[in-house]
Amino acid sequence: MSDILPAVCAPAIRAGHPRPGPGPASGPPAMRRALILGAAAVAAVLLAAPLAVILASALAEGPRAALAALAEPAARSAIGLTLLVAAIVMPVNLVVGIAAAWTVARFDFRGKAALLALIELPFSVSPVVVGLALVLLYGSGGILAPVLAPLGVKIVFALPAIVLATLFITFPFIARALIPLMQEQGAAEEEAALTLGAGPLRMFLTVTLPNIRWTLLQAVLLCNARAMGEFGAVAVVSGKIRGQTATMPIMIEMLYNEYLSTAAFAMSGLLAALALVTLALKARLEDVRPGAAAARGHP
Amino acid sequence: MQIEIDGLTKAYDGTQALAPAQLTVPSGVLMALLGPSGSGKTTLLRLIAGLETPSAGRLFFDGAEATGLSVQARRSGFVFQNYALFRHMNVARNVGYGLAARPRRDRPSRAEIAARVDSLLTLVRLDGFAERFPDQLSGGQRQRVAFARALAIEPRLLLLDEPFGALDAAVRRELRTGLRRIHDETGLTTIFVTHDQQEAMEVADQVAVMSTGRIEQVGRPEDLRNHPRTPFVRSFLAAG
Ligand SMILES: Nc1ncnc2c1ncn2[C@@H]1O[C@H](COP(=O)(O)OP(=O)(O)OP(=O)(O)O)[C@@H](O)[C@H]1O
Ligand SMILES: [Mg+2]
Repeated sequence: MSDILPAVCAPAIRAGHPRPGPGPASGPPAMRRALILGAAAVAAVLLAAPLAVILASALAEGPRAALAALAEPAARSAIGLTLLVAAIVMPVNLVVGIAAAWTVARFDFRGKAALLALIELPFSVSPVVVGLALVLLYGSGGILAPVLAPLGVKIVFALPAIVLATLFITFPFIARALIPLMQEQGAAEEEAALTLGAGPLRMFLTVTLPNIRWTLLQAVLLCNARAMGEFGAVAVVSGKIRGQTATMPIMIEMLYNEYLSTAAFAMSGLLAALALVTLALKARLEDVRPGAAAARGHP
Repeated sequence: MQIEIDGLTKAYDGTQALAPAQLTVPSGVLMALLGPSGSGKTTLLRLIAGLETPSAGRLFFDGAEATGLSVQARRSGFVFQNYALFRHMNVARNVGYGLAARPRRDRPSRAEIAARVDSLLTLVRLDGFAERFPDQLSGGQRQRVAFARALAIEPRLLLLDEPFGALDAAVRRELRTGLRRIHDETGLTTIFVTHDQQEAMEVADQVAVMSTGRIEQVGRPEDLRNHPRTPFVRSFLAAG
């Protein structure tokens, strides 16, 4: 566990200093060591300890009990639903996120500031409020009910609402990661491709995409971790129907409230493990960027 | 190829970057666009390349209207101010990009592209640099890669935006001679932007002096020096 933490913290450090390393600006060695130790201690207590406790509790009655709890039909349904939602949300976010980032980074237009604020909206709105808004819009007594009811479309307390809520919550991740990168890189390479005869699609595939690929991949992974873990908004719109609309986080809460701690901790452990795998992948991506070329594509 | 600019104008949200411009660049001429910062040099160059759409006016290549042509169809070799090399491709792939981007039926084979890239790297004196990435090159070397990349598409004209801008004096002089040499070898109509009057006067056949979005005077270097037509041209040339 502890060896994952430095890897997780590394990107933040790199982002600030493209060329990290001891320099005249990094202060006396003793002070530097104290700061690093302090940061590691805080990270251990605040971040690593809870995760370690979860994993330990999940395995308290033995791995067999934990696995049995995860094999319950309701638990399997929750795991399947969470993976399904992530699989739907990811491609949508990918396409919309790249399109939004490209629009903001490449064009000047009226209302650009408003669009930027809109992209960031999900960061500032409480997920519960998002859930309520969706219920008010699509619920049985909601604003769109007269349209939806005759069509027989069920959105709230069903998969569509869970997907919509997760989309709303995770929408900013990709656009937010890409906008500063694309702004910094500028349009010149793309324009060069055009003057050399490339069409827009070729330009996108051979210039735009390779230049953003590492940041994009990291954003996708982070977005995925958030999509699988979303609780607040999903809790409101899913109706928490066990075996049908309960995602992993919802299931964990229900199990915990029923004092089924082994099952709750086993599910938590699995969710945490999924997130850790994602973060480890992300950290690894930052270490094995092939060649000097990619290093420039990733400030 | 002869380039004729007839009243090309560019306005951004009310501010006029380029007043209606009148300019003819005869075939095979090396012309400098000379002027202080913000005088509209880049704007005019980008309009010719098709990277900006004009607010008004028309453009002709060899007498045929080119105003509505796409960037790709204009086939102008454009060298960007900061070179805009593809950072994730090595030098060979950068230079070969335009050939590989051609539609399948016009696309040379891999071997032909490699051979063309080799000869271009020789032309710009970068033999042995094919495998380097842009961030492993000096500024002057990058500039020459950008030059070779623009030449690879067999352009109809060459457009260079401050090609020597960020380089030290010795490298500038060397590249200046390189530009003149390659221009004379290829015979391409070439327009390059500079705010250094000495550079313009030494290298170009003709110089167009620009100020605040207006072309003040066009002529051979000695004509400009001997017969400046406006106070701006007189003072700008005297100051340098
Ligand atoms: N995208 C834009 N939006 C608004 N104004 C612009 C834009 N591009 C250029 N301008 C304006 O047009 C004018 C001419 O700009 P241009 O870039 O052509 O000048 P320049 O002669 O190339 O200057 P420099 O030597 O500094 O590169 C400037 O006043 C500039 O502020
Ligand atoms: Mg300029």
